[in-house]
Order: sequence, then structure tokens, then C-alpha cells
Amino acid sequence: MAAAALDPRSIVKELGVTALIIGALTLTVVGFHIKDIPGGISLETRLMDVLAAVIVGVVGRGWLILLRHGRPVPVYATAFPIAALLLVGLLSETLFGAGGASLKAYLPFQAAIVQWIVTITTLGFGIAALVRRRQLIADARHPESVSGDETFMDRVSAGVQHSSLPLGIGMFVIAAVFPFLPFVNLQHLDIGVLVLTYIMLGWGLNIVVGLAGLLDLGYVAFYAVGAYSFALLASPDSPLLAELGIQQGLSFWVCLPIAGFMAAMAGVTLGFPVLRLRGDYLAIVTLGFGEMIRVVLQNFYSLTKGPDGISNIPPPTIFGYSTQPKMDDVTMQNTTDFHQWVGWKFDQVDTTIFLFYIILVMALVTNFFTLRVRKLPVGRAWEALREDEIACRSLGINPTNTKLTAFGLGAMFGGFAGSFFATRQTFVSPESFTFIESAVILAIVVLGGFGSQIGVVVAAIVLIGLPELFRELQEYRMLFFGASMVIIMLWRPRGLLAHREPTIRLHSLRRGRRDPATAEAGR
Amino acid sequence: MTALLSVEHLTMRFGGLVAIDDVSFSANDAEITAIIGPNGAGKTTVFNCLTGFYKPTVGRLHLAKGGEEWLLERMEGFRIARDAGVGRTFQNIRLFPKMTVLENLIVAQHNKLMRASGYTVRGLFGLGYKKAEYDAVDLARYWLEKIGLVDRADDDAESLPYGDQRRLEIARAMCTEPILLCLDEPAAGLNPRESAALNDLLLDIKKEQKIGLLLIEHDMSVVMRISDHIIVLDHGKKISDGDPEAVRNDPAVIRAYLGEEEDEDLPEIVAQDLGEIDARPKGGDPERPS
Amino acid sequence: MYHVAYFLDQLINGVTLGAIYGLVAIGYTMVYGIIGMINFAHGEIFMIGTFLSLIGFLLLGLLGIGWVPLAIVIVLVVAMVFAGFYGWTLERIAYRPLRGSPRLAALITAIGMSIFLQNYVQLLQGARNKPLPPMVTGGVELVETTNQAGQPYVISLSYLQILIIVLTVVLMVVFTYLITRTALGRAQRACEQDRGMAALLGVNVDRTISLTFVIGAALASVAGLIFMLRYGATDFFVGFLTGIKAFTAAVLGGIGSLPGAMLGGILIGLIEVFFAGYFNLEYKDVATFTILVLVLIFRPTGLLGKPDIEKV
Repeated sequence: MAAAALDPRSIVKELGVTALIIGALTLTVVGFHIKDIPGGISLETRLMDVLAAVIVGVVGRGWLILLRHGRPVPVYATAFPIAALLLVGLLSETLFGAGGASLKAYLPFQAAIVQWIVTITTLGFGIAALVRRRQLIADARHPESVSGDETFMDRVSAGVQHSSLPLGIGMFVIAAVFPFLPFVNLQHLDIGVLVLTYIMLGWGLNIVVGLAGLLDLGYVAFYAVGAYSFALLASPDSPLLAELGIQQGLSFWVCLPIAGFMAAMAGVTLGFPVLRLRGDYLAIVTLGFGEMIRVVLQNFYSLTKGPDGISNIPPPTIFGYSTQPKMDDVTMQNTTDFHQWVGWKFDQVDTTIFLFYIILVMALVTNFFTLRVRKLPVGRAWEALREDEIACRSLGINPTNTKLTAFGLGAMFGGFAGSFFATRQTFVSPESFTFIESAVILAIVVLGGFGSQIGVVVAAIVLIGLPELFRELQEYRMLFFGASMVIIMLWRPRGLLAHREPTIRLHSLRRGRRDPATAEAGR
Repeated sequence: MTALLSVEHLTMRFGGLVAIDDVSFSANDAEITAIIGPNGAGKTTVFNCLTGFYKPTVGRLHLAKGGEEWLLERMEGFRIARDAGVGRTFQNIRLFPKMTVLENLIVAQHNKLMRASGYTVRGLFGLGYKKAEYDAVDLARYWLEKIGLVDRADDDAESLPYGDQRRLEIARAMCTEPILLCLDEPAAGLNPRESAALNDLLLDIKKEQKIGLLLIEHDMSVVMRISDHIIVLDHGKKISDGDPEAVRNDPAVIRAYLGEEEDEDLPEIVAQDLGEIDARPKGGDPERPS
Repeated sequence: MYHVAYFLDQLINGVTLGAIYGLVAIGYTMVYGIIGMINFAHGEIFMIGTFLSLIGFLLLGLLGIGWVPLAIVIVLVVAMVFAGFYGWTLERIAYRPLRGSPRLAALITAIGMSIFLQNYVQLLQGARNKPLPPMVTGGVELVETTNQAGQPYVISLSYLQILIIVLTVVLMVVFTYLITRTALGRAQRACEQDRGMAALLGVNVDRTISLTFVIGAALASVAGLIFMLRYGATDFFVGFLTGIKAFTAAVLGGIGSLPGAMLGGILIGLIEVFFAGYFNLEYKDVATFTILVLVLIFRPTGLLGKPDIEKV
């Protein structure tokens, strides 16, 4: 594409509108900070940040206009020096010692993270402009070569999908040996367990959102149902067991399926009335349901102990032997624990490794279930319903029941993950089940790409693992999640790594045609 | 022979608007029955009543084959397709665009495969499901050969040209193994060559599968050539019913298509023209409420 | 006598709370009418409205404008204008680029915007509850009686409640005029019926949809102002539950119907207040949520909604 003529009037107008909008959006909420002072509140102005936001916005918009009109040169000619200046400011303390710190005052914005984002975005503009220039030159040389519809990300997604088997095995091997890697300590193990929990939740939600196309904004509700069902059955402090006159909590392996079943029932009960209606209703009802479950957990004191939560949830057992040193609830004698039984010394790391493998297996079961069910009629019906519900009805597919199975199964895996959460924490309370949790799980699915199992793994590692390792990012985590959900949907409405592989093929991928007798049916 | 489908006193009102007003007709097995009429005559509404998308205000929709009987007006949409065996296609094609051609045909065999997979429970462990899936692929392949799309079986349905999408939709409906197939303007948007291929396909379905076909069509070349029986609707009322020859010469039909003011002395010429004339445009289409 | 008085008290409370829900519900119902989608970030616009009002009052306090009626009028206008910008931006970012994409994508951008706005405000203004001292005090005594314990119990209609009801009624009248009598209203109704046809007839569809979001946001910010005056405190999370309840109001009234939204709002306000007053305070949110589910099961078109005929 040749450089199109720039129309100064429309550009000025566009920049003016940008300045006006950004100014209006930031003037109030950014420009004035409501400060808590003893005995009340007062206002503090931060008008410099508003000015900085307007300038940054206008410059960015200007660059975008230039790029759109095929003029990358002025973009990188300005972007790189500006990025360099910003970097010098940001790193002034490291570069010039304590004396350089005063340079920081000249940087726009007060928050370091915003300064970093601005710097990185500026660099990004410079690089994008360079890439664009190379493209323009290449296009000018070979005007006949027209780039197809397939974008870079499409190719990446397809590549990931086609090599999913080796990738998956590789990931599995890494996960399997992870606890025994030399640099791994207890903290890493804990993060590993957490990431795997979210991978499992992501895979569970992917059945609902990715395959069946149903937006579930209250997935945490099923997580909570699973966790509380488990806690109520397993903990010796459980009000439910006390009511029934049972002193000893049930074992992990008994409670797990019950908790999953309870969560699935909750899903079916909630889904039944709304799944007949349009998708948006489901979204808002699940959103509300997530919050209501929390309200009920908080207030139904006789069953849930309200905000106090249920504690003393036992960890999983092996062959009936406890993995933690503990006393028998009935006889108040020390029990024989697993480490004594096999003659090991008790070590917290060992129990965490045990938990790590349990969640790894649970997550893998979820994964294999999804992969398998996609190739069964019910899985195909989910995808077909996502594509066109009316057509499905004309083919004799019962839309409500089919959606209910997806919703119920997704809830069931949420319930399993909830059980694991309860046994790992040994304590559940309503605070663990807020809307933010649902949002995090949804972000993992969206960022990973609907229906992409590997995408979920990558997204969970990035979204859960990184902020755990770098605590200072925690504060900005949700802001980042929200923004990235928007950006990714705008960029790739089917998810970042979304690539749909057919569930069945008539012709083999590599060898061309096949005769019907060996037609690939099972895979 | 009793009729495969008999529609009695079908009436459909949307608020104050009467889309279909006391229409009765019947359709036979192994015959092609066409419903024609100007825009807004209520043709698609009849289809939507038959396939359970609308609940008729009044009327009986009776389907009978091999000693079994169904009252369609009492059944939910998906049950009509599943239990009574009524397949349909749509005026604006409704394929599963991001699924492959083959998958579209396999999804159509959902209920059969669901049973074979033990409602997923057995299927999860791969017990006895493979055979059923081979059979499903064989049926799909049979129809892919009929519509000439074997080579494109693994491409996304949305990537097919328009005419192929139309035929794929028919093949998909046939994969549900219906006893009555309802086609909503199958020739719309097709060029003459594709239209001729469609005629062959429909005649072949009639001959080979011996099922009833019910067809809404504007393209008179299709209707006159392949129909065994034609029903003409206008303003929600049935104005004519008979074989193509009888309908072609029915003054009421000519009036409906060309307006009341036309000279009654011209039926011969007008009847010939009918082949070329598309429906007279009219405002306010009750078939597409918005 | 005491019971009647208590009932009256609750009634007035319910109506004022209902005004807030109703004003927010109008935004849901208008957007749903025109683009057929739920605006998931609408509750956050309401939340921003509460912050805009709070900042406005504090700023006017610093500037020395102490006369309350003037302050309220200024804050009202300012909050509506600035919230309008948020509504405009929301549509521009989360909805317009995704017209024609799978519905799921637009729902996710909207929920992403909602999460973003919540955390944006939390980061900028802090997570703590922000109080506003009472601005409008005093009222008219209606009934004086004694409660069960024999202490005097006064039922009064406070000036604030009068203000809220008058403000809501005036806004509703202006708004109804806007929708039924002006070119914008006609354009809006045309877009609701058939967007493609409206565009062919020269209606600027993009601008009409944008304005719908702006008007919805402005009304939500009025609700935010009323909320601040009535309850005197806000935080970054108030939009979440208010959004769900206002949506329930819109569904109860019949989504797409403007009088329905206001009626639904007042009903939900009354239900919530009476449930809390007579049954159980903790579960009042569960009660409204149950109503949402019940309405969806038994009367998805709501009280005043039109039946939705499926296009096949």
C-alpha cells in the first residue's frame, strides 16, 4: 500500500477528539484523588497526570494515523528517541546512583508501572513501524504477492494445535519431574500447585465457554459448592457431620466424587431455567449466582459457620493413612501416619509434592475428558449449538439438555477443583469465592483461546504464576486482566490461540485420500 | 393411500396480524409438493408451524407413516425432527460455518450416535462406538457423493461456494433420515446450471429415498418441472391446489400473481409468463417479524 | 397505627431506592433495545457516577460554593456530562468494533471493561469506603405515633426524598419527550426496528447507538448522584450488585421497554426494602436474584415487554 495523502484538517480533528475524550475520562477520576484524612476525606489534585495522559494519548493516536497512512519513518524516528529518554529516566537510579533519582520527577505519571507501560508501548510503536516499513518495501518490490487472510497468529495457533501431541507430552514430562528439579523449593511447589488448580479450572470452564459457547460468569460458584461440600463432609468441625452425629470426617477419596456431584447438581439446577433463554441472560444470571452463593455462605451460619469458615479439613490420605501428623478425632491418640507407615521422616515438602501430583492427575483427567468428549456426539452437538442453535433444533438435537450437560459437566470439574482447594487450604471461608476468581478463570480461558487446551496452560502460567513470583504486580493484576480481555477480543474474537481442529476427517491429513474402511473415525 | 402429511385448518396469528388463515392441504409420500405464492403469502410461516418453530394458533398437523402417527402441533421443534422425522432447510442457509462439511453431516446423525455412544458414558471409554461412527461416516459419504463434495469433506462449511452450501444443507437434512423433507426456497440465489443440478438432486431423493418433499419456491422453472402437486397461497389463504397443469391455468393464481386489475382474457399468455415472473414485491412481510 | 407508619416509612424508602434502580435499568433496556445486548459494564458507569458526584461535591466545597441547591445542580450536570464520555468510550471500544463478530466476543469485551473500570477506580481512588457528609437534611413530619415499646416514632418525608422523587420524575418526563418527540428518538426507534433499513434511510446508525450509550450513562450517573445523597458512601464495588439488581428491574419490567424499566426499578426497590424490613436483611440480595430467575422462567418478556418472535 502506497503512502496515502494526509488530510491535515481531518487529522487535527481526530487528534482533538482524542485529546478531548482522554481529558474528559481522566480529568475527574485521575485528576482528583479522594484522600482519606482523619475524620473524613479531602481532595488532592493530580492534574499533571491528566496532562500526561492527554499528551501520551495524542502522540499515540498520531502515530497510529501515520502508520495507517503508510508512513512509518516519522513514527520510529520519534518513538525510539522518546523510548530511550523514558528508559534513561526509569533507570536513572541504577545508571547514575542516588543523584540520578531526581530525574524521575520529570517522567510523566506517578506510578512506576504506568511509566513502564508507556515506555514499552513506545518501543512497541517503534518496532511496529520498522516492521511496517519492511513490509512496504517488500510490497513495492513484489506488488503481485498479496498476503492472504491468514494472519501470523492464525499460523501460530494452527502450528500449536498440530503439534499439540508432542507439546502436550513435553509439558507433561516437565510437570511430572518439576517437584524434583534441583532449584525447586517449597514456594515454587506451592505456586505449581496453584497454577495446576487454575489450569484445571480453566479446562473445566473451557467446556462451557470454549466448546458450548455459553458465557459462565459465576464459575466460582461451583468451585465454592465443591469446596464447601467437601469441607462439610471431611472436616471434623463440620456442622453437618455434627448434626448427623458423625465424629470422624470422611476421606478425601469419598468426598471428592460427592463434591463433584453436588457442584454438577448446582449447575443443572441453575442452568435449567436459563439455558432455554438467550446467552446474555445466562451470563448475567451466572454473574448474580456467583455473588448469591457467597451471600448464602456468609449468612447461613448454622451450616457454613458464616465468615468464620470451616477449618480442620484433612489433607488427602494414602491407603487410609494420613499425610499429616495428626491425632485421631475420636480417641485423641496419635494415629499412624503415612510417613511412619513407610518409615520416612515427616517433611512438608513431601506432602506438597503429593498434593502436586494429585492436582496434576485431576487436571489431566479433565483434559482427557475434554479431548475425548469433543469427538463424541455430545461434544459435536455442543460446538454445533455454539454455531447455530436453530439449525440444531431442525436436526433433532435437544438444545436445553445438550447445554445442560455442558454446563453440568463444567460445574462438576469446578467442584472437583474446589474439593482440592479445600483439602489443600485445610480451611474454607466465603472470602475465597469472590467474583474476581470467576474473572480470573474466564481471563485464562479467553486469553488462552476458546477450546485450546494448551492455550489454557500457557495463560494460567502467565496469569497466575508470574504475579505469584513478582508480588508487586499483584495490585495491577485485575486491571491487566480486564484490559487484556478487551484487547484480545478486539484483536482475535475467537481467542488468542484459537484454532479449531476438525473432530473427524474423511481424508487423512498427510496421505491424501483414504478408503472408507480405514477412514479415521475414532481419533 | 392416506396422505403422509395432512394439514387441517391451520391458522397462525401474530397479535392482530393473520399470517395464515384456515389453510388445509395434504402431501403424499414419494411426491414433491410445492407451496408457492407471492411474498408475504405465509409460506415460510407454514413451514415454521410444521417444524415446530411456531405454535399454530389453530389447526391440526397430522403426519402418518407405516402405521405410526404424529400430531406435530403438539410437539417441540427438536422432537418433530427427532421423533416424527421431519427435516428442513432454511431460506437463509444455516450451516455450522466453522465446522467441516463432514462434521455438519455427522452432527445431523446426533441422536443415532448418541444412543450408540451410550449417551456418552460408554463412548468415553470407546466401547462399541467406533462401528456406529464408521456407519455415520458411510452415510455422510453417500450424501457427499450425491452432492459432489467428497473432496471438500474436511473443509470448513463456510468456505464452500453458495450453491454448494445450499446442497450441503439438503444433504445434512437427509442425514437425519427424515420421512418428510421441507425445503425453504432451495433454488434461491442459484444460477441456471446449479438450479438444474438441484432439480436432479430433488428428483433423485424422491426416487431413491421414497420420502415426501415439501418445497417453497419462487423459481417457477423448478416448481413446474419437478412438482407433482402444487399449493398456492396468497395473503395467508389457499387459493389453488392441484397438479402443475391445473394450477398454471387457474385464474385465481394468475390474479394473485398479476393483480386484480389484469384483463381476464389473457390467461394463456400470462400463464406462459408465469415461468419467468418472480413474486410481486409487497411491503410488510409477516414471515420475517423483526 | 405503628404498623401503618412503619409500612409507610418502608414504602417511601422503597420508592427512593427504586428510583436509583429504575434510572440504571433504563440504560440496560435502551442498549438492549438498540443492539440486542446486555451492557455488562453499565453498573460500573453507575459506580463512576457516584465517584463523579463525590468529587464534584468536594471540589465545590473547596471552591466555596456552599448553597446546596446550586451545588446539586452543578454536580448533576457535571456528572452527566463526564459519565456520558465514559458511556461513549465504552461503546466505541467494547461494542462497535465487534458488531458482526460472535456475540460471545462482545459479551467478553464488556465484562473485560467492567473488570477494568472497577480496578481502575480502585487503583486511583483506593479500596476504602468514601463517605460524603449529608447534604440535604430536614423534612416534613407526616405522622407521629409510638412504637411497640411506647417510644415516639415519627414518619417524615425528608426533603431529600422529595428531591429524589422530583428529580426522577422530571428526568423521566424530559427523557420521554426525547424518545417520543425528537429526531434522535425517532432515529433510535428506527434502529431498534431494523438497523440496516434505518441506515439506508439516512439515519446515522453509529451516532444513534453512541448517543444511546451516552444517555444511558448520563442517567446512570444521576442514579449515582442520588445514591451518594441518599446513602452517603461509595466504593469501587458498588456498581456490581446495583448493576445486577437494575438489570433484574429491566427484565422484570420487560427488557426493551422504557416505562417497564422504571416500573421494574420501583418494584425491585420496594421488594428489596420490604423483604429487608419484614423478613430478613441478609438475604435481600438473594430475594431480588430469585425474582430475576423466576421472571426468566415464567415470564421472560417481563411485565410490559413485547413477545420476542424468533427469526428463522
